[in-house]
Formats: sequence, C-alpha cells, structure tokens
Amino acid sequence: MKRFADLIDALVFMPSRNGKIRLLGDYFAHVPDPERGWALAALTETLVFREAKPAAVRQMVLNRVDPELFGWSYDYVGDLAETVALIWPERPALANSLPPTLTEVVETLGAAKRSAVMDLIEGWMDSLDASSRFALLKLITGSLRVGVSARLAKTALAAWGKVDVNAIEECWHGLTPPYEPLFAWLEGRAEAPSSAQGAGFRPLMLANPLEEEDMAGLDPAGYCAEWKWDGIRVQLVARGGERRLYSRTGDDVSPAFPDVTDHMAFEAVLDGELLVVRDGAVAPFNDLQQRLNRKTVTAKMLQEYPAFVRLYDILVEGGEDLRGLGFTERRARLERWYAEVRPRRMDLSPLIPFADWDALKALREGAREAAIEGLMLKRRDSAYVAGRPKGPWFKWKRGALTLDTVLMYAQRGHGKRSSFYSDFTFGVWRNGGGEGGEAGEELVPVGKAYFGFTDAELVELDRWVRNHTVRRYGPVREVAPGLVLEVAFDSVHRSTRHKSGLAMRFPRVHRIRWDKPAHEADRLPTLERMVVG
Amino acid sequence: MRVCPEGLFVEPGGFFIDPVRAVERAVVTHGHSDHARPGHRHVLATEGTLAIMRQRLGDGAGQGRQALGYGEAIRIGDTTVRLAPAGHVLGSAQVVVEFGGSRVVVSGDYKRTFDRTCAPFEPVPCDVFVTEATFGLPVFRHPPDLGEVEKLLHSMTVFPERSHVVGVYALGKCQRLITLLRAAGYERPIYLHGALTPICDLYRGFGVELGELRPATVAAKEELKGALVLAPPGAIADRWARRLSDPVVAMASGWMRVRQRARQRGVELPLVISDHADWDELCRTLDEVGAPEVWVTHGREEALVHHARSRGIRARALALVGFEEEGA
Repeated sequence: MKRFADLIDALVFMPSRNGKIRLLGDYFAHVPDPERGWALAALTETLVFREAKPAAVRQMVLNRVDPELFGWSYDYVGDLAETVALIWPERPALANSLPPTLTEVVETLGAAKRSAVMDLIEGWMDSLDASSRFALLKLITGSLRVGVSARLAKTALAAWGKVDVNAIEECWHGLTPPYEPLFAWLEGRAEAPSSAQGAGFRPLMLANPLEEEDMAGLDPAGYCAEWKWDGIRVQLVARGGERRLYSRTGDDVSPAFPDVTDHMAFEAVLDGELLVVRDGAVAPFNDLQQRLNRKTVTAKMLQEYPAFVRLYDILVEGGEDLRGLGFTERRARLERWYAEVRPRRMDLSPLIPFADWDALKALREGAREAAIEGLMLKRRDSAYVAGRPKGPWFKWKRGALTLDTVLMYAQRGHGKRSSFYSDFTFGVWRNGGGEGGEAGEELVPVGKAYFGFTDAELVELDRWVRNHTVRRYGPVREVAPGLVLEVAFDSVHRSTRHKSGLAMRFPRVHRIRWDKPAHEADRLPTLERMVVG
Repeated sequence: MRVCPEGLFVEPGGFFIDPVRAVERAVVTHGHSDHARPGHRHVLATEGTLAIMRQRLGDGAGQGRQALGYGEAIRIGDTTVRLAPAGHVLGSAQVVVEFGGSRVVVSGDYKRTFDRTCAPFEPVPCDVFVTEATFGLPVFRHPPDLGEVEKLLHSMTVFPERSHVVGVYALGKCQRLITLLRAAGYERPIYLHGALTPICDLYRGFGVELGELRPATVAAKEELKGALVLAPPGAIADRWARRLSDPVVAMASGWMRVRQRARQRGVELPLVISDHADWDELCRTLDEVGAPEVWVTHGREEALVHHARSRGIRARALALVGFEEEGA
C-alpha cells in the first residue's frame, strides 16, 4: 500500500501533466505485476468495490470519532477520504498486523463476503499511516481524483511502452485488471493484445469548441454541418448477439434502456444522441434526466419518457471497421444502412446544407428549439479518431442567454477549492407580495454556478463573501444583497423543484458586475419570458 | 476581562492584550505582526518580543517600552501580571493575570513541541484559560518535525541538481527550520531571501546558533544549483524564485497537512512543521491547566469549544478579529 500511497501523493502534488506522466511511467517501470495492474485499474476507475460506499466509510469513522468534530473537520477539509484518513484515531496497541500491500487489499476484498468488507477495512486502517489510509479509502470508494484521467493514465502507459495511445484504447475494452498481457506487450515480451473488441466500447471522437477567430481560416466547402442535439452522446454496439449502449466515457448503460436495445437487431457500431422523443418531438433535457443514472427502469418510465437515438455516425458495419474512412463516406454508408435496416426508435440526424459561414451563423441564431444546443461542424475528409483532435470537428454552441442576478449564498468548494467560497447561488427580484412596490421586492434564488471566473476573480469573490456574510449555515454563507453576477445559461425551463419555478440549463458566471448596484439587477418576469418549449 | 473592538481588555488593570488598534496600555504576547501592532503608548512584553517589535516597527514599537522577564511579577492597576513561556517563537509569552483571588491565563499563540529557538511552554494552572485554536480540528496532528526535515533532505538527494526553495515565515519558522536542519546534520550554507536576514541576526543576538547563512539574492545562479533556499511564502512561486534553477517548491506550515491547501499554493513538497499547537496539544493543554472555564480566541474555535464542553468545561468562543491564519 505504501508504494501506491506514495504514487498517489506524488500525483496530487505534481502540478504538470508531463510530470504526472513521468511519475506514472516510473511506477509502471519499477513495480511488478500484478500490483501495477491493480494501480492502473484504480486510476482508470475500473476497480469497483460495491460494499465500501462512502456512507459505510462515514459510519466506520463515526463509530470512533465524535460526530460534531467529524462534521467540522469534513467541512474544513472538503474531501471524505482525506478527512477520515487524517482524523482516524491511531491505536498503536491494536496495530499488530503488517500493513497490507495493494494486491492483498484488492484480492482479499474480491474474495470477501459482503458483510466482512468493512471489518477488513477497519483492520487495515489501524495498521496504515495517514497517507496510506488516504490511498486505501480513495481506492475502495472508487474515485481517486488525483488529477489523472483514464486517458492520462493510458497516455503515460503509451509513453512508457513507446506505443501510440490509440493502440492502447483500441485493445483496452478487451482487457481486465490486472492487465498482465498489456504490460507484457508494453515491455516487448509479447504481441499486442487482440483488438477484436466484440461488443466492447470504441473510444469516441469529440469536438473542440469553435472560436470566432477559427472561422476565418476554415473553408466552408470542406465541412458538413448538423445540429448538436441536447441529449446524451451514446455509442450503440450490436455484435454477435450482444447489444450494448455505452455513455461517452464507455460506461455500459444498456440495462436502463431496453426501449433502445430491443430494436438493435443488427450488426453494427453506431454513434448518436440519446433523447426522449414523444410523437416525433424531442422532449426537454429535463425529461431525459429522469432516465439517467438508473440501474433499471420501470414500465411507467418507459411509457412516460420513451428513449430514442438520433444517429450521427457509423463506426462498424457487419464485420467491417469504417473508422478509417472520411466523414462523407461514412455518412453515405450510414444513410444506406439506415435505409435498409430501418431500426425503430432511431433516426438520422440530418445534415444542414449551407453556402457560407454567414448563412450558417444565421441558421444557428434562428434555432430556438429547446432540443438544439447548437451546431456541429465535421470536416468532410475526417477519419473517426479517438479523443479530441484539434481541427476535424468543431462544436458551435448557440449563443447563451444572460441575466443580471444578485449573489445570495456562497458555499465552500471541494477539492482544490476547499478553502474558497466558490459555489454561488444567485437570485433575481420579485414582488414579495403584501406591501407591494419597491419596498416589497424580495430576492428569489434562480440558480447556482461554480465556474466561469478566473482564479484571480475567485480570490476576490471569496474575499467579498467573507466581508459581506450576514449568516452562516455550516459551509454555506448567506451574504447581504450587494453583488451583481451576470450569469450566462443555455436555456431555462419550468421546474417544480425550484422555488422560483424555473431551472436554468448550464448556468455559469459570465461577468462579475462589481460596478452595478444590486437593485438594478433583473426581475423574475424577465427570466420567465426566456422559457422555451 | 472583556472583548472590545480594540481586543481583549483587562478592566481592573486598564490594559489590553494583543490589541489590534493603538491603545494606551498594551501587553504583547509575541512579535508576529497580527499580535504586535504599532502605535501603543505603553507596551509591556518580554525582552525578545520588544527587540522584535523595535526591529519591525521602528518608532511604532510603542513610546514607553517595559521588559518583563519570564516569571517576574508586576502590579498593573488592581492586577498582578506575570509572563510565562509559550514556546511559539523567540520571546513568546502567556500572560498570567491575577485579580481578586482568581487567575486568568491568556495563552497567545503556543506550541508544545520542543523548539531550540525559544523557551518551552509552561502550563500554568488557572481559573480561566484563554486559548488560541489555529489548528483546532482533530484532522490536525503534526508529525514529528525531524521526520519532515528528513523528507526535505531526502528530496535533495533525489534531485541533487535542483535547488530546493522552502516557504517559511520570517519570524520563528525560518529560524526553527534552520536549527532542525542543523540538528539533522545539514552543515552546508543555507541561502536566505533578503526579508529573512534581519530576524536571523536578531535570533543570533539572543544566542541561537544558525550556522552559515548566505544571501540568496546576490548569489550567482550557478551557486544556487542544488542549494537550499529559504524565502517568505509569497516569494516561493513568484518572480523572485526565477533566479533558481528548476526549483522544488516546498513549504513549511501546519496547513500542509491538508493536501488541497498544499495544492492551492502550488507546493510540490509539503512539510508539516508548525509553531502552533495541534489538536492533541490543545486538548492536552486544557487538561494540564485544569481551568473550569475556557475562552477560545481565534482559529477553528467551534470544535475546541465543543470538545471542552464535552469534558465538563464551561467554554465559549470569543471570535476575536484581526488574527490571521498565516504564520502557522
């Protein structure tokens, strides 16, 4: 555990991406199988210990520590695993067992009965030092958050093994921890693992945001345009009798969407947008949200929120991998395939003809349909490549709506921002009823934002919050109405879950209006007029 | 004794302890700038604290300055006042006030860990103990300081070509770290940011051995390769540090115990070395002074108040303003 804990600590403190890649490469080079494989699984979040949920960890520490003291500590530290690791009362008399290795932890937990898991963990906690306790808790609760994405871990593997990172992505879904064949290949001791992926996930191709200044250098004739639909990007895989629906990160979400998988009676891998569609019309994102993050689904939900996939691309048809073809060729294949197969609960995302960028811009600005997030631009000759290459694909989001709001509450952030008030709840004025007129105006919260400002602005916002606090509720401070935040958001919908009756989509701080008096901020009816759909 | 906008006021003695505004009579626990403010008419403190105030504040160090040794008693108004060592930095003192048969001790900032640069904390049994709580949460347990120094020396052997720059507060932490390095056997010259030199000279005047110190500011770039450099926290990741070759940025502070705090400061090598009591020391001190009543001046006071109450002590938070978390 110590070696793994040292790696985690070093990663936490290493500010540079290249430094992290070096640290990881060094670890893979010096630590033997199977331990390095388990570490890789932990970093890529493929190790899951279902019994060790954060709630169980919290309960474990509350058996030993005063709940109030724990609560204040957690507020301060902002991370459950770190709080528990630091606050854990060391009992040297009981720590008579040797600290476990990472391999021992993983293998013992894998074989343990559900009921024994927390006792095992508690025993290990007593034999480990604070930084190993932190690593153990991060490991078992399943999110390390050390600034290493799965992609970065694979990039480090590729750099160390001197192969292309996409070659690792290609075979990744056929592999399982502790990845001995992968390490054998990267050390030149064996052939590359088979990339016959079956029903595995193919890494998605993603787009970069289009900046206005990019456009001058782009030839409109070289690009196709299509709508960017406001749903969830998915990959449909139907191979050899298996049917899978993957999220953009490769999570298998098939069990929650039988209404899609039921209609996947074909041999293909497709890329598309998951939506809720009723009577041919796309429902607001809120409706789709009812279907997300669920392991199973009820008949009622299937009926009320019917899922649908709007297809963007075809990656594999029959046994043929089409990813090397250009976009227009793949598109032609997709259209031909769709015309033949005609799967239910799916359609094609139409291409949008346009003459030049100005015409396209006009189309984008004219699109007020709730289900449209903006436009996608795809270079006609672009092969389907994993990751987010700069150039072939752009997303061009619809212009945001903005509103001048008043800061009402601020909450401490988590992670890197744990000592800053960085989550802001803002409101607008409405008539408070009763008294009427100016004097009867009250603020009603309409949203929450935690990004859109620079680090320097965050320092100033944090100071402002501390100097204008009128009340404290644990990690939340209520501030005097005095600071106007101009917030930007993609759209606004009716919602029964919010006091104002409205919910913003994707709100962020657009500008801090240090200059604007709070009473000049917007009123609720202004926001109500922006509701669509 | 009561809390005024100026700070803690001892009414029967007519004086303030560590007032944040200029007052007629002040008793100052130690020389950190949030405790030793300029402009008081009369200041009572240890000789060490007065020397620090003179160096830092010049004419602002108080018109009348009176030194009081540890253990010596003096009458002020209707009270008897004594200073007891606090173990925080050179000259740091607790203020022991006796009036009408009861005794109040104001701790100032303190720690219980051994420190070669100042007299060790002396627990004084009392009726009311007024304590700090900078690290008043059970997540703060400072590890042994020599172990942290070993971490630094180890990193210097792993990266012999890189300079190691350690952020330290000019008063106290800087000199303590130097004595710890010397105790761990580090004999090479230690390079200092210009802001650290005067206090080091002052410590030497009080008999603290610091070994060979050289100014980093005028040293040749080549000379600083692989060297150990101490600088104020504000300078370690700033333009000043550009003179160093590919430095490992370290910071010596109790806050380094929390990873995210270290990350926020861009620290690559956090060293948990503090001049304040950690949670265990705070709790142990409450037990040792045995006061039935405890007031908590500044820091994370809720948790310590809660802990004291659970031990049957009457406890309350004074929520004094003007004391900073830095210098910890």
